[in-house]
Amino acid sequence: MTVETTAAPEASTQPQLPPVKAIRRSFSRPIASLVVIVITALWTLPTFGLLVTSVRPAQQVATTGWWTAFTHPSFTLDNYNTVLFQNSTGSSAGLMPFLINSLAITIPATIIPLTLATMAAYALAWVRFRGSDTLFFIIFALQIVPIQMALIPLLQLFSGGAHIGSTTIIPGLNLGGTYFPVWAAHTMFALPLAIFLLHNFIAQLPKDVMEAAAVDGAGHFKVFRTIVVPLSTPAIASFAIFQFLWVWNDLLVALTFAGGTADVAPMTVRLSQLAGSFGRSWELLTAGAFISILVPLIVFFSLQRYFVRGLLAGSVKG
Amino acid sequence: MSGTTAVLADSTWSDAATKFGNTFGTVAIFLAILLAVFFAAGRATGRFYKPLAITVFLGPVVVLLLIGLVIPAIRTFYLSFKSDDSSRYLGFKNFTWAFTTSSIQDVLINTLLWIVIAPVVTTLLGLALALLVDRLKGQAVYKSLIFMPMAVSFVGASFIWRFVYEARDSAQPQVGLLSQIAILLGFKNPPNWILEQPLNTFLLMVIMVWVQTGFAMVVLSAALKAVPEDIIEAARMDGAHGGRLLFLVTIPMIRNTLIVVLTTVMITTLKVFDIVRTMTGGNFGTQVLANEMYSQSFVQFNIGRGSALATILFLAVLPLVIYNIVQLRRERETR
Repeated sequence: MTVETTAAPEASTQPQLPPVKAIRRSFSRPIASLVVIVITALWTLPTFGLLVTSVRPAQQVATTGWWTAFTHPSFTLDNYNTVLFQNSTGSSAGLMPFLINSLAITIPATIIPLTLATMAAYALAWVRFRGSDTLFFIIFALQIVPIQMALIPLLQLFSGGAHIGSTTIIPGLNLGGTYFPVWAAHTMFALPLAIFLLHNFIAQLPKDVMEAAAVDGAGHFKVFRTIVVPLSTPAIASFAIFQFLWVWNDLLVALTFAGGTADVAPMTVRLSQLAGSFGRSWELLTAGAFISILVPLIVFFSLQRYFVRGLLAGSVKG
Repeated sequence: MSGTTAVLADSTWSDAATKFGNTFGTVAIFLAILLAVFFAAGRATGRFYKPLAITVFLGPVVVLLLIGLVIPAIRTFYLSFKSDDSSRYLGFKNFTWAFTTSSIQDVLINTLLWIVIAPVVTTLLGLALALLVDRLKGQAVYKSLIFMPMAVSFVGASFIWRFVYEARDSAQPQVGLLSQIAILLGFKNPPNWILEQPLNTFLLMVIMVWVQTGFAMVVLSAALKAVPEDIIEAARMDGAHGGRLLFLVTIPMIRNTLIVVLTTVMITTLKVFDIVRTMTGGNFGTQVLANEMYSQSFVQFNIGRGSALATILFLAVLPLVIYNIVQLRRERETR
C-alpha cells in the first residue's frame, strides 16, 4: 500500500522517465536501499561469522560470540594448522588427506566427462547419420533421471559385478579404496547435461568454416581437433566451471561411492561426519568449513561471469 | 609434539604425492588413449571412415550412459517391487509401506512442506530483490554478495548455519548469532533451535532459501530487463502506476520466468539431502525423502524400500523437470 501512495506523485512529476525505470523509481528510494542493504547484510553475516571464528583463539571461541572479537581483537591461524595437519579431527593427519581427495576426485571428474561430451556433441551436431536425432533426443531426455535412481544398481555393479542368472557379464572389480567409482559415477551423471549444452553451442558454429575444412580434405578427427575444440572454448570453460564446482560441492555421490575413509573421501563427506561428532570445538569446525568453501569462493569471485552463466545453464541438473 | 607433527606432515605429503600421481596419471592415460585412437582412426579411409568416426565419437558416451543411467534406472524400478534382499517379488508392497507407515508419512509431509515453502519464499524474495537492487548504486556488489552462497556446497552452507543456530545454556554467553539476537530482542531463554520441533524444519529451509535466492534474483532481474518498454508505457498511458503497474502488467509479463525459477528451486528442494544430513542426520523430526532414501538403501541396506523411495522421488520430480526443460527450450527457440 505504501508503495502505491508514494509512487503516484513521483511518476506524474517526471513523465519523461523511461518506463521500467519509472516502476523501479516507484518504490521509494530510501526504503528500497535500506531493504537491500539489510538483506545483503543478513546474507553475508553468517559466512563472515564463520571466517572470523576460524581465526580466533580456541579459548575465546568457546566463551564469547564472534561479534565480540572486534572489541578485543586477537587473531591466529593456529586453528588452520591444527585442523589440517593434526590428529584433532579423529583422522590421523587432520583434514589434509580429505582436501587432497577433493582435488584428486574433482580434476578427472571434470576433464574426462567434458572431453567425452564435446566429442559426442560434435558427432551429434555435424556427422549426419541415421538415428542421430533420435540418439540426441534420448540423451537429452536422460536429464530427467535423478541421480538417486541410479545409485543402488551402480554401487552393486562396482562392488559385485553384473550377472544374468549365473552367467557373469562383468566380474566384480574390487575397486574399493580407489577413486575409480567416484570418477566413473560423476562422469556418467555429467554426460546428459554436458552433451545437451555443448551441442547447443557446437551446432551453431559457422557452417562455411566446417565445409571449407572438409573441402580441404580434413576428416572429422582433424576438424574436431583444429576447429571445433578451439572455437568452443567459451562454452567448454563455462561448463567446466559448473562441473568442477558441482563435483567439489557434491556429497551424495561421494558418500555413496567413496565411503568415509581418508583414502578416498572428499572434504564434504568428512565435514558432514564431523558435524555430528565434533563436539563443540567451533574454532576447528569453522576453519575446516572455511577451507572447503574457499575454493568455490575463489572460483566465484575470479570467474564470476562464466560462473553465473554455467550455473544458470546447469540449474536443472541432477 | 612438533616432532610428531613433522612426521605426520611428511607422511601426509608422500600420501598426497601418490594420490596426485594416480590422479594425473589417469588423466594422462585417458588423453593418451584418446590421441592414439584419433591418430589411428584418422588414417582410415573409404567407406569405413564414417562408421569408425561415429563409433569413436559416440561409442564411449553411449556405453557410459547405458551402464551409468539407463540400466540402473530400469533396475531400480525393478528392485522397487522386490524384497529388501531382492529375493522375493512383493508387488506394490514397498510403495504401500511408504505411504502407510507413519514415520515415512512424516517424511513425506516434511518433503511436501519443503517443496512448497522454500521455493515460494525464494522466488518472492528473489523477485523483490530483482525489483529493488537495480536502482541502487553499487548494485553489482549487492548482487555478488547475495549470489555468493550459490558457490558454496550445501555441506558448507549447513556448517555456516549450524554455527548461527548454536545454542548455549542461558547462563553462559551465547556464541550462536540467532540466540544472541533472540536475547537482544528480549527472549530470556532461547531454545536449542535444532531440537525444537517443528521449528527446526523451517530453520533448515532457511539454508535452502539462503543458497537459492541469488539464483532467483539474477534470473528474474534479467527477465525484468527484457520486458518491452512500450508495453509498460502503454499501461502507464492508461493510468497504471506503482503497485497496479507492477502486479497487473510487469509480473504477468515475466510469468513464465517466475514459474521456471519456482520449478527449478522445487527440483533442487525435492532432492535436498546434504542439508538435512549435515544438520540433523534426519533426526528430531526433520527427515526428508532424499535422505530417507539414502538411509534405507545404504545405512539399513533395505534395497527394496530404498528403490521404492527413489522411484517415488523420480515420479515426483518428473513433471517439474519436463515442464522446466520444455519451457527453457521454447524460450531459447523464440529468442
